[in-house]
Amino acid sequence: MDLVVNGKRHRVNVEPDVALLYVLRDHLDLTGAKYGCGEGQCGACTVLVDGIATRSCVTPASAVSGKQVLTIEGLADAGRLHPVQESFIACDAMQCGYCTPGMILSSVALLRKTPSPSDGEIKQALEGNICRCGTYNRIVSAVRQASQSMKTASREGDHA
Amino acid sequence: MPDASVPGISHFARRAFLKTMGGGMLILLSLPDAVPAQESGGHHASSDQLPQNIGAWLHISPEGSVTVFTGKAEVGQNIRTSLAQAVADELRCEPSSIQLVMADTALTPFDMGTFGSRTTPTMAPQLRKAASSARELLIDAASRKWSVDRKDLRVAAGRVTDAASGRSAGFGELARSIDLVSTVVNDAHATPATEWQAAGKTWPKLNAREIVIGKHQYPSDIQRSGMLYGAVLRPPSFDASLTSVDGSTIARLKGASLVRDKDFVGVTAPDQHAARTAVASIQAEWRQKPQISDAELFSYLKQNPEEEERESRRRGTSQEGSIQAGLSAAHKKLQSTYTVSYIAHVPLEPRAAVAEWMGSKLTVWTGTQCPFGVRSDLAEALGVPEDDVRVIVPDTGSAYGGKHSGECAIEAARLAKAAGKPVKLVWTREEEFTWAYFRPAGIIEIVSGVDNDGLLTAWEFHNYNSGPSGIETPYEVANRSIHFHSTKYPLKQGSYRGLAATANHFARESHMDELAAAAAVDPLEFRLKNLKHPRTRAVLEAAAERFGWGKTKPQPGHGYGLACGTEKGGYVACCAEISMTPDRKLRVERVVEAFECGAIVNPEQLKNQIEGAVVMGLGGALFEAVQFANGRILNPKLSQYRVPRFNDVPNIEVVLVDRKDLPSAGAGETPIVGIAPAVGNAIFQASGIRVRSMPMLPVLEHV
Repeated sequence: MDLVVNGKRHRVNVEPDVALLYVLRDHLDLTGAKYGCGEGQCGACTVLVDGIATRSCVTPASAVSGKQVLTIEGLADAGRLHPVQESFIACDAMQCGYCTPGMILSSVALLRKTPSPSDGEIKQALEGNICRCGTYNRIVSAVRQASQSMKTASREGDHA
Repeated sequence: MPDASVPGISHFARRAFLKTMGGGMLILLSLPDAVPAQESGGHHASSDQLPQNIGAWLHISPEGSVTVFTGKAEVGQNIRTSLAQAVADELRCEPSSIQLVMADTALTPFDMGTFGSRTTPTMAPQLRKAASSARELLIDAASRKWSVDRKDLRVAAGRVTDAASGRSAGFGELARSIDLVSTVVNDAHATPATEWQAAGKTWPKLNAREIVIGKHQYPSDIQRSGMLYGAVLRPPSFDASLTSVDGSTIARLKGASLVRDKDFVGVTAPDQHAARTAVASIQAEWRQKPQISDAELFSYLKQNPEEEERESRRRGTSQEGSIQAGLSAAHKKLQSTYTVSYIAHVPLEPRAAVAEWMGSKLTVWTGTQCPFGVRSDLAEALGVPEDDVRVIVPDTGSAYGGKHSGECAIEAARLAKAAGKPVKLVWTREEEFTWAYFRPAGIIEIVSGVDNDGLLTAWEFHNYNSGPSGIETPYEVANRSIHFHSTKYPLKQGSYRGLAATANHFARESHMDELAAAAAVDPLEFRLKNLKHPRTRAVLEAAAERFGWGKTKPQPGHGYGLACGTEKGGYVACCAEISMTPDRKLRVERVVEAFECGAIVNPEQLKNQIEGAVVMGLGGALFEAVQFANGRILNPKLSQYRVPRFNDVPNIEVVLVDRKDLPSAGAGETPIVGIAPAVGNAIFQASGIRVRSMPMLPVLEHV
């Protein structure tokens, strides 16, 4: 089957029911999406499919054929970090960092839909992502900060 | 000729070691006193390895790069950054310029393991000594080179400079000119906290960028050429024995192979999905044994004392005065029993290992807090000499005390041996919940008395099974009797962040609240009345002050609670505000936690650890519990075992108490002990309901 991941087309030879997570990790060497639970409960495996945060551990690879899959490896633009990546560093919004790729992609999806979320909206959008190290409040701050810097950037973009 | 200063290491070995590092300057830190403590259970280091009395080493390459080698593992506690700060301080350079090679048995010195909050109080000072010695040797080299007095030389920004002449040389240039191996003993000079430059301030996590771009490879991300994926057949219950196995279905699955070695049955396959499909297709029969369930847990622990006294029991026993006399002198007497359930660590990255054989030599990448212990376990299980086994721990997706053992590494090594190819094995979440180990459940019984002045007269404390950590009371009481009783227990149990200090603080601080209520004294005032220890008092007062204790009354349906304590050199006090609806839906609204652990190394990362400990502690306090029956875990999934999520987390305010005059203690564990009793005490204030078991929510639901 053909998959488009981070803008690149890949031909993979797998059963259609294989979870997207394993295709990414075991066949395409993209290990940024993590295994955490295998039942869509922890969000560590989150990727964006046509911009929507998707649990790749419970999504058959065949279901995303022909769609745009974005993994954490494809988020930075030619080495320039996405504002959400920047703000996660700036807010120390991680400890072990294992949940971080999933947290960042869930946050990116939220900010695309809701550019200025309230804290409550951030928590609601990320409720399906577990940070076992407990950096939740820092993650909320990071998303808030990214939202601000994206707004500033787009305002500056308007004037440019 | 052997070097007298480091027993067992020859001059030749040291030169050879430096050569493998590419020349430059190598500083070995010798720990003559630590030798007996560092023996790894009868496994002896071989002649071509450095002896176990080397605590750490530091290398400055001819190009000027500084690399520090330590056996400690990074599991999210951020020691990669804090240790780099310590070294940077001594070398007067930026932490980001320091490379750390961690937890690799082929490259780093022997280390017992990353546990017990020992990295900051033990490893950081060792690295400081090695680094400060390196600095002095670099100054010596520059002084000789330029024929100037060393007093006139300054070290800054990775260079040695002679201000008078303006000459300056980089570390690499000087190291190249020395080309030496030097041994430093453990009493070398280190910079006092009052003069720290790199430490004592916030530094972001050094490899944060790699993490946010998905480039950092955790143990489960390691890929090797030609690698296969493994899966292991698990018994349906603990202690079951295999009676028959039929793996004939596997022959039909492309690329999959059955691996059988007595009771060990597994498969290898070209990808994870195929490996899981193959193992699920195996038909096996097991002989199972009836076992107890969680419903009988506490009576089982109480009724099954362990016959032999263990070391830990002796450690957790103290006796002074007479309980009887203390109770006779009491105005109010209390007797209460507290329980804590088994809980699981739930590291988000389950156990994972990649094993690769090269002839008879084995390399395993795995997430463990004890790389050298796992190396011993691998050598024993696979029947190879320890020298032929290398364990590498990439920075791991958390551990919390749950990754001391090497089961997954051994399984991967067995599968790789049979396959003749590298094998990756990642435990499923169900496996992680079932086949790892748990924080021990326990029962704590307290009998106490308080006199007319609100002073403690008697304190009798018995802990069954949960453990002796944090069992001693910090309060003044002349008549006390404190005991830990080891018992038989139904589930595999082991270390957990903070160990039993969480259970012992929950019981003690809940009971102190009960006594305060019985004596009709404010809980803060009651504690201060009975507490002399200045460091515990200081955090208690700091937390109460920031929380505004005594300044406001909680609004209806809300309650305030507090707790304090000390363990592993850390001092903690926690205040919590909760709200409860009439149908007893609980919300923790606000937490203020004060913490003191000596001189602070990295304030923001310390706050991060404290906040994380509060959040993790909330899970055990409110809803985490392992359910089991007949040798099976009944809730081995994240959809069944609840851990804290975004909406469970209160506003958390951390008050740091910095004591630059005191040595730094570790901070990954102790901040977890305050939250449960603080919340329990707040529940009591809000509702009059005293919850004496962890987790608390099931109790509130059944009141």
